[in-house]
Amino acid sequence: MADNKGVMVFCEVANGKLAGIATEGLGAGRKLADALGEELAAVLIGTGVSALAEEAIKYGANKVYVVDDPLLNEYHNDAFIAVMDKVARQANPQIILMGQTSIGRDLAPRLAFRLGTSATLDCIELAIDPATKRLLQTKPVYGGNARAIFTMDTNPQIATTRIKAMTPLAPDAARKGEVIKVDAGLQPSAIKAKMLQKVKEEIEGIKLEDAQIVISGGRGIGGPDGFKVLAELAKPLKAATGASRPPCDNGWVPSTMQVGLTGKIIAPEVYFAIAISGSSQHMSGCSGSKNIIAINKDPEANIFREARFGVVGDWKKVVPALTTKVKELVSG
Amino acid sequence: MDMIVCVKQVIDPEAPPASFKIDAASNKAVMAGVPPVIDPYGEFATEAALKIKDAKGGKLTALCLGNALLREVVKKPLSMGADDLILLEDPAFVDGDAWSTAFALAAAVKKIGKFDILFCGREASDTNAGEVGPALAEILGLPCVTLVKKIEILDGKAKVERMTADGYEVIEVTLPCLLTVSNEIGEPRYPTIKGIMAAKRKEPVVWKPADIAVEAGKIGVAGQRAKMTKLFQPVKEGKCEILTGDTPEEAAVKLALRLREAKLI
Repeated sequence: MADNKGVMVFCEVANGKLAGIATEGLGAGRKLADALGEELAAVLIGTGVSALAEEAIKYGANKVYVVDDPLLNEYHNDAFIAVMDKVARQANPQIILMGQTSIGRDLAPRLAFRLGTSATLDCIELAIDPATKRLLQTKPVYGGNARAIFTMDTNPQIATTRIKAMTPLAPDAARKGEVIKVDAGLQPSAIKAKMLQKVKEEIEGIKLEDAQIVISGGRGIGGPDGFKVLAELAKPLKAATGASRPPCDNGWVPSTMQVGLTGKIIAPEVYFAIAISGSSQHMSGCSGSKNIIAINKDPEANIFREARFGVVGDWKKVVPALTTKVKELVSG
Repeated sequence: MDMIVCVKQVIDPEAPPASFKIDAASNKAVMAGVPPVIDPYGEFATEAALKIKDAKGGKLTALCLGNALLREVVKKPLSMGADDLILLEDPAFVDGDAWSTAFALAAAVKKIGKFDILFCGREASDTNAGEVGPALAEILGLPCVTLVKKIEILDGKAKVERMTADGYEVIEVTLPCLLTVSNEIGEPRYPTIKGIMAAKRKEPVVWKPADIAVEAGKIGVAGQRAKMTKLFQPVKEGKCEILTGDTPEEAAVKLALRLREAKLI
């Protein structure tokens, strides 16, 4: 497949807009396309998504493939894989990027294997090898204990990128691009896994994945009441609260709050790890945080090897005093 | 219900990070002094299948690919309640990518024959790839739902809940199908004494490449499409600034001030 050219980004749409992860993908894709001296294409799939083509161009795309069809109103993997397969065979890119979201992690591997190639999921770095011009795909493995760089000889080289790992370009209305409409050509009978309902689970306060600051507690918090103390610190910081696995396993907090290998993977600006030892299982979920702040009574705890700032001490004494001072600082 | 679950023997992801090393010679990770385990997501997938077996009856076959697999480790699904264990055990099977691993597993699934649901974990805790399940679905031409947290069996269909960032989707999928299971399915059951005894007595069936009629070039290392060119541990600065004080409260105040100074709050 020597004629594969260009970089393609599958752009997710959320609430009628380009999703944040789509702009991140376009930012990453632009860099790769420039390194190859080739074009960047965006793909928009959905119902009524044509209007977003201009947005994709503002964020860096030279071309936008639009597949607008009533059958594509919601993400059905059978439909989206078939459509992406069609678009990829038509455009023949050498790289396809998606986000490491509930859609991308479902779609990317299926598409890759259908196209006779492979995918690397959850990449935190993408680069073009100057010698071979192939895509170097770096991703965390072993729950973040290590990183691996993958390459593939088959085309297209497909990768998903971790949320917030890539940087979007500033939107620029002066950018020009071409819009190409592609017919979905779908039969409703192609959909074998049919979505009946979408359920939003309202969680109190700020969503873990979106929060700039996250306050997490571990086994040492000791029970549900302790998490109320952490919530007090979260309030003035507009932070979300999370937990390592033991508090979830013990039923102190809901499992949706779990940060770690078997929970959520987040990358906030500031991550407070309180009474958390820093097991591999937990670090897999938060090692992408820009700044980790550790509060633990054990000076040998692994978390201090990961943290930028720390206090060695009993969280029951440290956290209330920290909360009082933080309140004073942020209101003042 | 006839069900198959794919499980994997991995280095223990719950081991202390200090025991994690990369062996430069083999470019492989090791947990020094910590025995391997069945991958946690394989246990979640086993639990999902056993919940259905509890409710509807049926048979669960566990399938595990590797080489020199430790019997006491790979028998875990049996001790939890699976009926049979088949091992794809041969040097030719190992160190594949998602594609070549799924290729061998798919051939084994075909040899097993009839099934209603094929289960995989959401991802394995070592590669964190999450691709073998979708690859199996593509090879076997099965409908597939990933990130599953709840399953209800209806007539010829399964109604499943699939995790999303802000909740879940309810999806109806025709059988046979492939499901990849997420941790939200609920804690895997502990093996009972009875289960452990039964697992001890049961010998796994071992299949070699010739038993499942796969070409050597399509499995393991030889069948890889994605190649790992480098495995490394990210360099940690290890420069944690510890704030101290005469009392924990004083240290806390210093921490708040330092965080403000660093413009983090």
